Amino acid sequence: MWSDWGAAGPGGDMQWCFSQVKGAIDDDVAEADIISTVEFNHTGELLATGDKGGRVVIFQQEIENKNPPQFRSEYNVYSTFQSHEPEFDYLKSLEIEEKINKIRWLPQKNAAQFLLSTNDKTIKLWKISERDKRPEGYNLKEEDGRYKDPNTITSLRVPVLIPMDLMVEASPRRVFANAHTYHINSISVNSDNETYLSADDLRINLWHLEITDRSFNIVDIKPANMEELTEVITAAEFHPHQCNTFVYSSSKGTIRLCDMRASALCDKHSKLFEEPEDPSNRSFFSEIISSISDVKFSHNGRYMMTRDYLSVKIWDLNMENRPVETYQVHEYLRSKLCSLYENDCIFDKFECCWNGNDSVVMTGSYNNFFRMFDRGHRRDVTLEASRENSKPMQVLKPRKVCAGGKRKKDEISVDSLDFNKKILHTAWHPQDNIIAVATTNNLYIFQDKVI
Amino acid sequence: MEVNAEARRILAVSISKLYASRTQRGGLRLHRSLLLSLVMKSARDIYHSSRESEGPPVGGEQPSTEEAMDACSGCPGEANPGHREPQPEPESVEPAPEDPEGCDGEITEDKENRSPARQSRKRRGKASAAPDFLPSKRARLEPGEERYAAAPLGSCCRAGAVDSLSALSLNRVIPAF
Repeated sequence: MWSDWGAAGPGGDMQWCFSQVKGAIDDDVAEADIISTVEFNHTGELLATGDKGGRVVIFQQEIENKNPPQFRSEYNVYSTFQSHEPEFDYLKSLEIEEKINKIRWLPQKNAAQFLLSTNDKTIKLWKISERDKRPEGYNLKEEDGRYKDPNTITSLRVPVLIPMDLMVEASPRRVFANAHTYHINSISVNSDNETYLSADDLRINLWHLEITDRSFNIVDIKPANMEELTEVITAAEFHPHQCNTFVYSSSKGTIRLCDMRASALCDKHSKLFEEPEDPSNRSFFSEIISSISDVKFSHNGRYMMTRDYLSVKIWDLNMENRPVETYQVHEYLRSKLCSLYENDCIFDKFECCWNGNDSVVMTGSYNNFFRMFDRGHRRDVTLEASRENSKPMQVLKPRKVCAGGKRKKDEISVDSLDFNKKILHTAWHPQDNIIAVATTNNLYIFQDKVI
Repeated sequence: MEVNAEARRILAVSISKLYASRTQRGGLRLHRSLLLSLVMKSARDIYHSSRESEGPPVGGEQPSTEEAMDACSGCPGEANPGHREPQPEPESVEPAPEDPEGCDGEITEDKENRSPARQSRKRRGKASAAPDFLPSKRARLEPGEERYAAAPLGSCCRAGAVDSLSALSLNRVIPAF
């Protein structure tokens, strides 16, 4: 039913080409360099990554050739800063990891850029600003900052601003701490540009960007007796246009849509999205693989996408009983769940993303493969992020996994897949066909041949 | 029994993962712990129900519980049409395999130095009952100097083992914050 999205044809098919790769070439990966989140800002001009070492690296797009079809752009390092440091909770005797779980950009209001970054416990608002001029000609100070002897000052002048090399400064403007007992898995900026939510395993809090010493708890699913716990919150997001609406997904494979106008505590959902389980697929690991790892609204706000271990589902917000589309990411893994449980891969949390006009969705897989599903043309493709395909503008060849039977030439068998090479984080430029794909410690940027 | 062995293996893997996660940086992950406990519960239920249905050695296999294991064993049984959910009591089962002789035999042993798996049901408490494949948390001699080796489950302590597993409270694996 679905055709492979292979060679280019008429009608605007996408042909993905290698553009850049960022990060060390070493096979020996330092744990701190493992990329843990990737996010474009609202214009796509900036691309931020967070890593396990608590650092944020921001790349800025520089356009070399604006004219299609030769459109070429490059993302170069714009700013690097240490967002979070490891901490220790003395009361619970627990170390708090510095790993950046999520980055979310604020829409730009002035010359500076703002982003929220979070680790397991603390959210920070960072201001990234440019400085390309400096004042010169102070009356009381020398150029190196030493104060002048007042007796030597005989004239008065107005300091002037002179150009200097561009300096990008990142400064923490707000620290939102001590509001989460459990590990934060999501942050989402509201369309009102004043509030945002943060979600941990059992609770969701609403913050005002200006207020750090308190937040409102809007969802609390902690049972009175923890032994009765059956599900946790796995992701949450605000609706892109309706500032009163947000969704949160659970480890049981359900999504709840909540309306903040209904009550202060949104424990009662307005809508519950759930698909009945297929009994023929029941196994020991059914609960694990139905746990939702990511939820994303479409840009137009009419749909939302969820990612569980084996599939991506598109839901119409007006239909709760089943998704409107389901895409199998790597169904060939269903028979390998036991091994994937033993090697911990079954716990991997894959993210998913929409393209700018909501016609294509993308998610990662193993062996550094990532998958795209074209909703309109009913096509899907598997591509690979690897250094072997990294010549400038080299067109990516579609890959195919052989699930069983005779392996064709150029196919790769399931048993040959490298489960240590996983793509968990991907991002799509909000307007153009430029994608950022994170392997363990490298960031690949691909663009459509014809933009 | 294949199903038994698989369930035990999964239980053992799950428990070791749970112990390992306690020393993980960043503390115990609630989501992961919950998923582990769900798998352990399924494995325990399968193990428990297949042990109940065993009784004195029964000839035939039990297809319904096997089907639930297909994802693990990767056997061609997956292609079977008419997959059914695992039934707790297969139709051909003999009455539950309580083996009183095994328990009676234990009473004459040294009660103070009994290993957990060999306790009789009467003495059983939730905290003290533990299946033989779990690392023992009791104070004991150096490894290799244990007084009693863990008894294999096929022996006279079968009833005790079944009850041990069922007594293992999986809910306890969720840390109460």
